[in-house]
Amino acid sequence: MTGFLMAMALFISLLIGLALLRVWAGPTIYDRLLGVGIVGTNAVLLLAIIGFIYGRPDGFLDLAITYAILNFVGVVAVAKFLDVRRASRGEDHQTATGAGEDG
Amino acid sequence: MTLELVVDGLTVLFLLTGCFFFLAGTVGLLRFPDVYCRLHALTKADSLGLGFVVAGVALQLRSWHEVLLLGILWFLVLSAAATICYLVASEALAQGVDPVGSGASQGQSGTEEAP
Repeated sequence: MTGFLMAMALFISLLIGLALLRVWAGPTIYDRLLGVGIVGTNAVLLLAIIGFIYGRPDGFLDLAITYAILNFVGVVAVAKFLDVRRASRGEDHQTATGAGEDG
Repeated sequence: MTLELVVDGLTVLFLLTGCFFFLAGTVGLLRFPDVYCRLHALTKADSLGLGFVVAGVALQLRSWHEVLLLGILWFLVLSAAATICYLVASEALAQGVDPVGSGASQGQSGTEEAP
């Protein structure tokens, strides 16, 4: 069982790398935000599985819940920051590519 | 003995299903053409993938306290995924990111393709 869980943890680490590819390449800043979000979810999953491998799911689950809250607050904060910045610049910002390049 | 075998098999099945959904979400994040399609793939991975993995891990736990923690974790990530999906989509729409196929983004759909 432990070997299977370790294989799963490795697989999820690989998925984190793939999601980081989208963060690096994403044409708009929202794509980067989504990539960060899925990396956060994968980190939560990884923590739960690692806690199970080490036989101490209690403490590691607390850590995972903390990471879930941090991920949520972080993405919402960035989204609201973009909202405020757009409002302060006025509504004449219409191009899709401009959103990513000045972020 | 037999019950343990059945529980272990169910755990492996749930974990593999969850991993499949995470793989599908990541592939969708890499391959889908615009931010709205990617949101769809991402929230699938968040809700279904994490749900299956949490169910699989919860079968192996021995105390209800840890199962409750896992349930809280799943609920948190689920509500976070819904809120993030709404926020990012509304922000992108307000910023002027056109959905694929809306006509206005015909010239840009080629440049938004994944490398």
